[in-house]
Amino acid sequence: MHKLKSNNLLRLIGFVVFGFFLFYLSNAIDELRVYQGATVAMYVVAISSIILLTGYSGQVSLGHGALLAVGGYGAALLRNNLHAPVWLSFAGAVLVAALFGSLLGVTAARLSGPYLAGTTLALAVGLPSIANQFKFLGGEQGLIFDIGLPPASLGETFSQYKWFFWIAALTALIAMWWLQNLLRSRYGRTWRAVRTQSVAAELAGINTARSKVLAFTVSAGLAGLAGALLSMTISTVSPSAFPLSLSFALATGAVLSGVTTLGGVMIGAVTLVAIPEIADAFTQRIGASENVTANLPGLMVSGLLIVVVLFVPNGPVEQFRNRRKK
Amino acid sequence: MIQILNTVLIGITAGSIYSLMAIAMVLVWRSTRVVNFAQAGMALLSTYFGYEVIQISGSYWIALPVAMIGGAVVASIIELVIMRLLLKHSSQGAIASITPIIATLGLLGLIKSVIGYFWGNQDRTIVSPLSNVGFTFGTNTLAISPMKLFIIIAILVLVLSLTFIFQRTNLGLALRASAYSPEISRLAGIKVDLVRTIGWALAGAAGGVAGMLQTANGTGTLSPDSLEFSLLLAFGFIAAVIGGLDSLIGAVLGALVLGLVLAFVLTYVGGSLVFITAFVLLLIILLIRPGGIISQKAGRRA
Amino acid sequence: MSLIIENLTVEHGAIRALNNVSFTVKKGQLAALIGANGAGKTTLLRTLSGLNKPTHGKAHWCETNLLHGKPEMLVRHGVSHVSEGKSVIPELTVEENLEIGALWRSNKKEMQESKKTILELFPRLGERLAQRADTLSGGERQMLALGRSLMSKPELLLLDEPSLGLAPLVIEQIFQSIKELTKSMGITILLVEQNAMGALKIADVGIVLNLGTVAISGEAQSLIADPAVRAAYLGY
Repeated sequence: MHKLKSNNLLRLIGFVVFGFFLFYLSNAIDELRVYQGATVAMYVVAISSIILLTGYSGQVSLGHGALLAVGGYGAALLRNNLHAPVWLSFAGAVLVAALFGSLLGVTAARLSGPYLAGTTLALAVGLPSIANQFKFLGGEQGLIFDIGLPPASLGETFSQYKWFFWIAALTALIAMWWLQNLLRSRYGRTWRAVRTQSVAAELAGINTARSKVLAFTVSAGLAGLAGALLSMTISTVSPSAFPLSLSFALATGAVLSGVTTLGGVMIGAVTLVAIPEIADAFTQRIGASENVTANLPGLMVSGLLIVVVLFVPNGPVEQFRNRRKK
Repeated sequence: MIQILNTVLIGITAGSIYSLMAIAMVLVWRSTRVVNFAQAGMALLSTYFGYEVIQISGSYWIALPVAMIGGAVVASIIELVIMRLLLKHSSQGAIASITPIIATLGLLGLIKSVIGYFWGNQDRTIVSPLSNVGFTFGTNTLAISPMKLFIIIAILVLVLSLTFIFQRTNLGLALRASAYSPEISRLAGIKVDLVRTIGWALAGAAGGVAGMLQTANGTGTLSPDSLEFSLLLAFGFIAAVIGGLDSLIGAVLGALVLGLVLAFVLTYVGGSLVFITAFVLLLIILLIRPGGIISQKAGRRA
Repeated sequence: MSLIIENLTVEHGAIRALNNVSFTVKKGQLAALIGANGAGKTTLLRTLSGLNKPTHGKAHWCETNLLHGKPEMLVRHGVSHVSEGKSVIPELTVEENLEIGALWRSNKKEMQESKKTILELFPRLGERLAQRADTLSGGERQMLALGRSLMSKPELLLLDEPSLGLAPLVIEQIFQSIKELTKSMGITILLVEQNAMGALKIADVGIVLNLGTVAISGEAQSLIADPAVRAAYLGY
């Protein structure tokens, strides 16, 4: 018990140190990278939401983009109509998405594997288009989501991008810290039990359906938070901000990170942001044609996905751990 | 009155194209227990093959069978290379249940980038070989044109021949036996691996035809990010699930139900609710008849 | 001309299911392979028909190496395996279940002939040809599984627990049918059974498997008489 507590403390210290590191980093690198850093933070939250769902509770979602959309719209509506402060609009995004997720989770708990995958996929295709039907959602153009300028006290040279990054990174750190603890708690153990031994878990008195719905709810809440972060970095919410390809990218990121553990979540998030960059640098060097330039990132992501699924299906971190055990 | 009739006609045409995609889903599901989310991508690639043939020969009628064969070849290669490797490396743990899904998702992306590489991301056009102008009935124009009529008939013929193959031939028996119990089929001497590849090939062929017909029926444009193919992906899956994923007839019925419901929503409610209607329909079916509309089984655990 | 198994070892991960198993069954004989749960009986059959991979050892049926083939290819060399439980496909009809056993020959005429022979052997199946297999009783399903296997005209038949879950009277019938297969059709049979007494009674030779190794083997009659075997496996 004692050791557990000191482990907890160590981890907290780790998070704080990493936060300070990011803080210094944000001052040391150029604007574009800082902006990409904010995107990485968004992906970290979104991907960990999928890891929680798939790796810990054994459910699959190909439509997380839809949950991000719910969060994004929720945050924007709160901010635009009720003039909520930024933190409150983020909290609202979490709540709205979690509520939506719990409804979805009730359905999801009754489905498995490919059925759930297809259903969530259909949701990702369908949900964003609802915005076109209702005027208060802004139609095709969507809504503005403006978090305002950075506070004047940070100095005149403090850029909007850096402000995005600070907010996104801090949010991601807090979310990850909280999620880590949650997964180490009774709930985390219950989820794992349901995933690996659902019959045994049921016999041991665990309500598997409720446990799955809870996992879906928490996952949706995190996805909603990611949606708010995404909307912040692009300053709008619109149907086109949450395309099917976003859902696929998130699923890809989760697989690249390894769905069984949160430990690799940075890998997936950084890869998703880095691949277009790498592809770009490569095509510029060889002076490739437009067809190559436009399609190389997609090719790299999909190729990587297939290779990972075939050869390191449990992700790099789990692979590394297994090797060390041997 | 005429509007209702036209809505029904639109629904049937759309539904018959979805039914091909749904059949392709069912064929793959039955042969390898994989829901193939790359199906739409494979159909798209086959349609590009057809497009190439039209550029060379100028004839849609040559392109159609080429797309069909092209689809079969692409599907066989995918099964031989990726799916077999996937089965061999079949993993344990949380990922196991979603590995095939993720792999087909990767394939979808891969196919799209390959298309983009060879044909670029701009729109290509396939001109409908038959008139798309509806027949007239007195002063009214019906929502059925020579092209739509051809689509319905062609798909009817395909569905009937597939049903015949499945129910009346040795190949069909082998396909069904391998789907229900690979191990017993193996012990009975059926080359299950080969049968699986054939199942994929048939699915690829169905997808190729669906792609060609969908393009000629719709806007006639073709691009890697074509919305119509996202439609085929989502609606083909939904139709297959409505039908029960295991049944060819179910797939056709599911597709027709979906096509009709969507046509009525489109005509009487509004275009932007079509997707969400399909989603709600899927949820309702999954919750009240989890085995699909023609199944007696309860529960749906894959 | 016999089934020869030499030093066959099979491992499932860290568990050694079979350990240096060796025995021979002469052509035309009915051999009963008995032993307690977990003795490795099923593993042995599954290895012989290509479903499991051996760690090392040899197994031959006449000229056919049993350890290098896939099950679907071994059928073509006259080796047929009826797996544990009622090895039929419930979703197919009785007739289709029979036909899948002869699909690989792709010869309609031979298929019809085999079907006729089998229906003479099991007339009950003939009355139910168009029914789905899951409507059959346990005994009928076992007959169907046997019938399907015979459709491939096997020379070596590997039978896994045909008596499983059947009523005593039905077991008697099934065992009699199995005995007739050897006597009238000259098929060599390796019969795996929990029902040791019933199996030894119809068998020519018996092999007792214990914890993955051959404990005793010999004439079936002498095994029945052996007090040690009686105590350990026959229950009296």
